[in-house]
Amino acid sequence: MEIIKIGMADLGVAKPPSKLRTTGLGSCVGVVLYDHIHKIAGMAHVMLPESSLAKGGELTIGKYADTAIPHLIQLMVKAGAETRHTVAKLAGGAQMFAFLGNNDTMRIGPRNVEACKLALKDAHIKIVAEDTGGNCGRTIELDATNGILQIRTVNQGVKEV
Amino acid sequence: MGDFTKFGDFQFDVLREIGNIGAGHAATALSKLIQKEIDMKVPQVKIISFDEVADFVGGAETVVVTVFLRVEGDCPGNMFFILDLESAKHLLEQITGINKDVYEWEELEISALHEIGNILTGSYLSSLADFTRLNLQPSVPALAVDMAGAILSYGLIALGQAGDFALTIDTAFFEGNDQVKGNFFLIPDPESLPILFRSLGVPFDGDY
Repeated sequence: MEIIKIGMADLGVAKPPSKLRTTGLGSCVGVVLYDHIHKIAGMAHVMLPESSLAKGGELTIGKYADTAIPHLIQLMVKAGAETRHTVAKLAGGAQMFAFLGNNDTMRIGPRNVEACKLALKDAHIKIVAEDTGGNCGRTIELDATNGILQIRTVNQGVKEV
Repeated sequence: MGDFTKFGDFQFDVLREIGNIGAGHAATALSKLIQKEIDMKVPQVKIISFDEVADFVGGAETVVVTVFLRVEGDCPGNMFFILDLESAKHLLEQITGINKDVYEWEELEISALHEIGNILTGSYLSSLADFTRLNLQPSVPALAVDMAGAILSYGLIALGQAGDFALTIDTAFFEGNDQVKGNFFLIPDPESLPILFRSLGVPFDGDY
């Protein structure tokens, strides 16, 4: 079994028996996709809501919800997945420092979650589980064998969705 | 916009000196608080990808105590004061006499750590403001006890809009027998770097 690490602003696809893992999600959102018929899993570590926020330079596709999610879907399809069998789960989007919430940049967690939902809706992919918001960091691991998403936090232990 | 790729040795030296001055004053303040000698390592100035930032403090999943503040004014950026859990426990014990493990911390313990972080980051920033004659205002500092990756990524959001790399000025400090050790992290916004250099009469690009 191989664990494929997804870094910040990165994305990737896996087949059984591999797992996809990303560590230390704060205000970033971990978007995972799973086609249970073809057993193909995908994960993106989204950092910002919209690519229109990019200030010049090269665009890193995996960084923004509106570019990462369509690209991840493309990779899944290329690997043999079908979007009609694909469902999504979301984790992250926390506000790590709660009382700085008046500033728009500091509200980035909730904005990331909203943007991911919008991009998934555009792609007609259903969200079947969600562990977002709050003020805790999360580490997530998606098992390509069964699509189970494991979510680990410092204070609340491990849960599976 | 700051393009760090053109920096020469001289620019890096200046940034290290900024780390030295700021963290030096903060270390002195810490030393007074706990009445013990605090040593500092030579500041490290690095241009690193976002993924590597958390490696400085032991990896993305390491649980740390962090006081975060936003630097506002002439030269905006983010600042972190980071302690591992054991160090935070020792620090609490030395300053307040409280001896509790992290899972027992309540409002009082959290508030004490918050205040310590406040004093130290404030001292870092005010010495930097004196040195550069720039107007640097701290935001209200916030405290979090959580995974380093989750906390530090928060300070990279503004940078994320401009690129995939951060310039970090990291100063590690430690008490003689290593009971308290931690890091001061300053991550200037890219557009702050030319302002910082100009304030010190240093050219922005090329090696001089």
